[in-house]
Amino acid sequence: MQQQVASEATADVALAKMTLEEQEKRKKQLWALGLVGFFSFISIGTYIYNEYYIYLSVYLWFGMIYGMCLQYGKFCFSSAFRDLFAIRVPRMLVGIVIATLLFGVVSAPITAAGLSTFHAAPVSSHAVIAGIFFGVGMVIAGGCASSSLYKTGEGNMNALIVILSLSLTQALFADVGGWANNFVPDSWTQSALEKGLPASITVTDGWVDQYLAGYVWNQPAVTYAEILGMTNDSVSGAFMGNLLVGIIIPAGLLLALVYAIYWRKGYLNKLKKAGKDASGIRVELAGYWSMIIANKRTAIAGLILGIACALHMLVMQGLRVKFGFKNAGVLLDRIGWDFGLSVQGTVFDPGYWYVTTQEAQWVGWSLQKMGIENMDNIYFGFVNGIPNPAINPADWMSFALIGGAAIIALFHDEFKFKKPTWETAMWSVIGGFFMGIGARLGLGCNVGAFFVRVANGDASGWLFGLGMAGGAYLGVKFFNWWTERQLAKEMESCGL
Amino acid sequence: MGMKFEKTDDGHYRLDVNGYVCPHPQIYTKKALEKLSSGDILELIFDNPSSGESIEQMVENDGNEFVEQKKESGQFIWQIQKA
Repeated sequence: MQQQVASEATADVALAKMTLEEQEKRKKQLWALGLVGFFSFISIGTYIYNEYYIYLSVYLWFGMIYGMCLQYGKFCFSSAFRDLFAIRVPRMLVGIVIATLLFGVVSAPITAAGLSTFHAAPVSSHAVIAGIFFGVGMVIAGGCASSSLYKTGEGNMNALIVILSLSLTQALFADVGGWANNFVPDSWTQSALEKGLPASITVTDGWVDQYLAGYVWNQPAVTYAEILGMTNDSVSGAFMGNLLVGIIIPAGLLLALVYAIYWRKGYLNKLKKAGKDASGIRVELAGYWSMIIANKRTAIAGLILGIACALHMLVMQGLRVKFGFKNAGVLLDRIGWDFGLSVQGTVFDPGYWYVTTQEAQWVGWSLQKMGIENMDNIYFGFVNGIPNPAINPADWMSFALIGGAAIIALFHDEFKFKKPTWETAMWSVIGGFFMGIGARLGLGCNVGAFFVRVANGDASGWLFGLGMAGGAYLGVKFFNWWTERQLAKEMESCGL
Repeated sequence: MGMKFEKTDDGHYRLDVNGYVCPHPQIYTKKALEKLSSGDILELIFDNPSSGESIEQMVENDGNEFVEQKKESGQFIWQIQKA
């Protein structure tokens, strides 16, 4: 009798616990719906106020799609290289290649029709060096620029520290002059002066200014189509030059290399263990395919991400034609927000997915409000401006990206407010710093300087990627040493 | 709170990497499994969802097996048997 009462009581406790968990889940799902309502309210409300706000809302909703895809597929550019080198897992690299290919395939007709918002970046060894800085940083930080946004949406406060560190580093680095001018070669200074920039831009005072105007701008900005003597807005240039030569062939070779080094052996061993035939071209092809579909969530996220990125460019270009401007600076001016426009009247308005510059901008805006003059440099003062973050189109995208990730995380019960420890906060700050330097040297991050560029046939994209891979390798070497040391201390007491 | 590794029973070990973000959970798991003997069980506790995706594939690729995979209030508790 006593036993029966005890077991009934245990069952009641278990049931109550389950009901509590169910209630928690439901509460999270309500929060997710609330977020959808919040973003809808912003879009509808601002549109009713002024139709120009639809331009910002398009950034917002694509940002939300990016956040949803990133969280759903646990899509992290950092882990693409890091997990490959550290634990021999290629799932993320495969996901990124799928996303890049899809982005390229959908972009090609848009580019051929002359409707792309993309502009190639200068090509030289600076992209590799920038990639190395960025690669080291993303491994130390525990995530790249885009994944830090989606992880913030999961409630991960370490990721928020990464964003703060990355944003602050960029804003300060873009403006650093004085002592840093001693590290500028004379040829850069001379070349920068010859560019004839407006007087408000003190081009000889600022390391990044002289790096940009004295070196980077002198490098050719070309796509694979242009290298092969074709134009981007032609069918042959967009499909043969940029898509086939710039993406499909190198991506295919990269995956074949990853299969041969990281996947093939394990796959063939599994076949042998199961007593199946493990030789021949059919087996190799099946092995290659098994690597592609090994993680369906990542592959699906990559697929949607790739298509969304290309459609984003098309919609932005359509709105620019509709409203008759080429840069959102004009739009902000028309709706009465003229603070923080660059000397050319422009603001940062990429027309596609981008992460780091809008992060630097909100810090730049905050510093300006604190009385620190930072509109005398090229980055803020001549090109991107420092508009109020509340009205910055690209900031709407990043903000919604965090929101989109939060929505999916809440629906899947993966939202958890995670407080940083001193150790994890330290890695976040250091990693964010290195990524900030890399992003400014490379004129973008894993998204702007690698993903978008590769998918659009920009010759500098793979160079940045090569640097990122090298940097990730160095970062993994460091963490292997660090974790080995920490684990050895803990294992001593277990006799291992 | 830092990483914790302890022996819970004969052939049973616990690795607690709660609070850590990538790449710590996956690297610690890999290194811990390398040190264990065939048949040993590692109980892994972590709360970083993206690490889980990588750890799952690593365990499968290395021929190790999951004995149990539980999720409680945003925390993952996985039992892995070394091959």
